[in-house]
Amino acid sequence: MTRARGLIGWILPAALVLGWEALSRLGVIPANILPAPTAVAAALWRVAVSGELARNMGVSAWRAGIGFLIGGAIGFAFGLANGLSRFSEEFTDTTLQMVRNVPHLALIPLVILWFGIGEQAKLFLVALGVFFPIYINTLHGIRSVDPQLVEMGKTYGMNGAELFGRVILPGALPSIFVGLRFGLGIMWLTLIVAETISASSGIGYMAMQAREFMMTDVVVLSILIYALLGKLADTVARVLERRTLAWNPAFEGV
Amino acid sequence: MFTDALAMIETAARFVPPGDVARDPPVPFEVLGDHLASQPRGARLAVSKLSMRFGETPVLDGIDLDIAPGSFVAIVGKSGCGKSTLLRLILGLETPTSGRIDLPAGAAARFVFQEPRLLPWAKVVDNVAVGLGRTGSRAARRGEAARALADVGLDGRGDAWPSVLSGGQKQRVALARALVSRPRLLALDEPLGALDALTRISMQGLVERVWRDQRFTALLVTHDVSEAIALADRVILIDGGRIALDIDVDLPRPRRRGTPAFAALEKRVLDALFGGFEGGDAI
Repeated sequence: MTRARGLIGWILPAALVLGWEALSRLGVIPANILPAPTAVAAALWRVAVSGELARNMGVSAWRAGIGFLIGGAIGFAFGLANGLSRFSEEFTDTTLQMVRNVPHLALIPLVILWFGIGEQAKLFLVALGVFFPIYINTLHGIRSVDPQLVEMGKTYGMNGAELFGRVILPGALPSIFVGLRFGLGIMWLTLIVAETISASSGIGYMAMQAREFMMTDVVVLSILIYALLGKLADTVARVLERRTLAWNPAFEGV
Repeated sequence: MFTDALAMIETAARFVPPGDVARDPPVPFEVLGDHLASQPRGARLAVSKLSMRFGETPVLDGIDLDIAPGSFVAIVGKSGCGKSTLLRLILGLETPTSGRIDLPAGAAARFVFQEPRLLPWAKVVDNVAVGLGRTGSRAARRGEAARALADVGLDGRGDAWPSVLSGGQKQRVALARALVSRPRLLALDEPLGALDALTRISMQGLVERVWRDQRFTALLVTHDVSEAIALADRVILIDGGRIALDIDVDLPRPRRRGTPAFAALEKRVLDALFGGFEGGDAI
């Protein structure tokens, strides 16, 4: 039953790919506009054999991962601090909200001036983009912990650290996961834009280089790889969510 | 919120009831066998000139109470009369404006809330083990918790998540959590208020049974006069922040509702609640 359900979702994409291939073969879609799926597969084979794909994917994954870790850790830390301490929130929240209202991609020209097109520029942008969803959802999660449970914990003698570990953090976790998944989406988006505009390696660079040589098949391949990596990151987050939130009826048997 | 929470923990820790151990008399108990004889018995509780005001509004106004060890006392009153506040003050959840509360040091008082307040992310047995704090190994705590679950008729449900339990079962888990540390004083703040009528009656029987087994001092806040008379040795009516009525209930246990003696006591309390008018008018 669940297996059949899982397969249902793939019927439509498979049909689209088949239709796309048929239209390309019939010459309805010119190859320089959109190459056939088989041509994209051939391009995949070509860049995989030359080692170009592995190198660029490795670079992109590294940037995404490190940027996410830095931005996520800082966002999580601020979310905790501001959720747990009124003083910390009053002190920093206004500033953070002002920075949040600047679209982080608007900083690209400034970031290029600061860091050139080196790695720091990409890491900075990814970290900045990931920071806010994690910060806001961690803060919200901690704020929305049931005060009755906190009072229960206190009457049963839980101290600060134990109260945090057993009541506050588990209560905030569902919201933190929402932030995590938003953050992952923003991570790829930022990386694609940053690599497309200024880079000398990575999937985005591979796509831009291919554009210069009119290699539409590699451009399409790059886009598909981004989609796949995004889906992969989301799946990992969902599996993690389901395992940690097994107690929650909303995740039971999903 | 966390700083407030921490501040409240500190207040609760500082607020050590000025327990006078010498005044705490040897607690009488029936000999129930050696293993039970070593358990602590009910605590004596004394409250004098206790007052509480929230801003300008007085909630409690000079309450004096002396509660015998091991007795079952019900506190009744209309909503907002201050009965829950009295209970929260006695347990140190709030600090009184003035007055004193004497509870023997280490009386290990426990509180059962109106809502079960179980941790949804902890299995039932771990929720009960919360009542044991950090004493002993985790395995030992879980063993104790499983026994406490059996005492409230939930044997074998320890591995379930709280979300799959019914309202009555959740409240039983909350009761097991309160009882697992063998408290000498158990405060119950309308713990059955949210349950349906049938579950309520069976839960009243359960509360009475564990109280008879363990002989802790029980303080039950309720708005249900018949529940108070069915369970308590003594019924205290709070009205306008003062004790308006304080009567002993000398009926044999288990009590039957509907006997003339039961009905007479119930009428007496209801008359005091509604100032002699028929109950219906005052509501």
